[in-house]
Amino acid sequence: MNSSTTQNPTQSPAESPTRISRRKLITGGLATVAGASGLWTADRLARRYGLIPPDHRGFFGAGETLTYAAQRLLTVHSLAREFPRSMISKAPFANEVAPPNAAFKAHQANGFRDWRLVVDGMVAHPLSLSLSDLRSMPSRSQITEVVCEEGWSYIAEWIGTPLHEVLREAEPLPQVRYIFYDSIEHNSWDSLDMADALHPQTFLTWGMNDGDLPVRHGGPLRMRVPRQLGYKSLKYVVHLTATDSMKKFGKGLGSVSPEYGYAWYAGI
Amino acid sequence: MSTVAVSPKTETPRHAAFVRVTHWLTFVAFIALLITGAEIVISHPRFYWGETGNVNMQPLFTIHIPSSRDTVPTGYGYVMPDQNGWSRYLHFESAWLLVLTGLIYIVAGLWTGHFLRNLLPPRGERGVRAHWRSFTAHFRRSAPGAAQPYNALQRTTYIVVIFVLFPLIIWTGLALSPAFNSAFPFAVNVLGGRQSARTLHFFISGALLLFLLVHIAMVVLSGFRSRMRAMITGHAAIPDEERP
Repeated sequence: MNSSTTQNPTQSPAESPTRISRRKLITGGLATVAGASGLWTADRLARRYGLIPPDHRGFFGAGETLTYAAQRLLTVHSLAREFPRSMISKAPFANEVAPPNAAFKAHQANGFRDWRLVVDGMVAHPLSLSLSDLRSMPSRSQITEVVCEEGWSYIAEWIGTPLHEVLREAEPLPQVRYIFYDSIEHNSWDSLDMADALHPQTFLTWGMNDGDLPVRHGGPLRMRVPRQLGYKSLKYVVHLTATDSMKKFGKGLGSVSPEYGYAWYAGI
Repeated sequence: MSTVAVSPKTETPRHAAFVRVTHWLTFVAFIALLITGAEIVISHPRFYWGETGNVNMQPLFTIHIPSSRDTVPTGYGYVMPDQNGWSRYLHFESAWLLVLTGLIYIVAGLWTGHFLRNLLPPRGERGVRAHWRSFTAHFRRSAPGAAQPYNALQRTTYIVVIFVLFPLIIWTGLALSPAFNSAFPFAVNVLGGRQSARTLHFFISGALLLFLLVHIAMVVLSGFRSRMRAMITGHAAIPDEERP
């Protein structure tokens, strides 16, 4: 190729704004192709490894996807910090919830004896578990911090049945990607990807600080997800559904939170 | 403002293209972070030291503003509207813009020698006296002109903002993420705990806001139009017909 016009830098005239040199055209073209194929590859990999959150559309979708993908890759085997017993908060703060509905009051009146956790959807063995069924399964405790998106926090000991123990009995089908969980409260539901659903610290919690889980803290049964902010730790859980897609739940954004403007993934 | 030296268009630009592009991207991201950060603080305008903190605990200090949550005792009889949803989405999206822009800026700055040439105070001007000289010069009505290189105080300020305050604000921000802390527990533990990290994040954002205000004041004092022109086109020169 004839490159004599660009050989001597002192003689090459300043680039005229109307004329693009061949070199600029080639480098620019190559950079565009590299960028486009890079984005395409990233998109393919992200889809394949489940790095796209259900609320990935819209103006905030790019940031949300970056956060979710980055934290998923960073936290594959990580455990939420656990604390010594001496750091348990003396006066844990319980965020307010809506006044309990009639169904909840009825359960409360008979000491939650008829409380049921229904497990259905894409599972080999649908379950309906009472609280004593859950307590008879392998249980664990953890001293972890509840972190609210507002900024406050407290540490408590949480005792419960790891969600993976319940899922082990229900046997989710291989194509399951999310575990939907619903509260007895109206319009209060969420979902976890399998990384968090099978995480050893994700509990169906029924005990707190050596006692039963108080109602104001989500008793009789609360999902505890210590690697995410407090609003993922849904109170009064009655229903789990294994699913391959969150599209059919609500507006298809993964939880009710994005319908109120809050992110589905709450790792930060 | 008419003291601005006119440099011909063919001269090396005052600001390289990568400096101009990353400057304005950082500006957009920082303003968004500032506004959304303030919105998030409104939902709990109390700050603590240590690992935990909530309304049942003694705060380190309280900002006496109304809150967007009725669970926070503020002394005000009303509750602000909740803006945390979009504020949080935008805060993290802007943080990504800031971090990715910052990475491009750091790599390009090292590659081109920008930091050594334009920002590190030259040998002999790194002492307190040189900084004091450039500080007092501001009060003798001889603020730096357009064509002059940055003085010692400017250079040190930019170095501190780029290599101390921005890394600290990113670190303390990440230390508020329970997922990030599960992977890197030391990142929050060495700061003294989660609430300490939140309080530090607040103070460092205050320091960055102070820098922004002084920076804008200096731009206005040394000639707003020529400084803006320099950061947009790269050249400080003002065509004759536009000069006062």
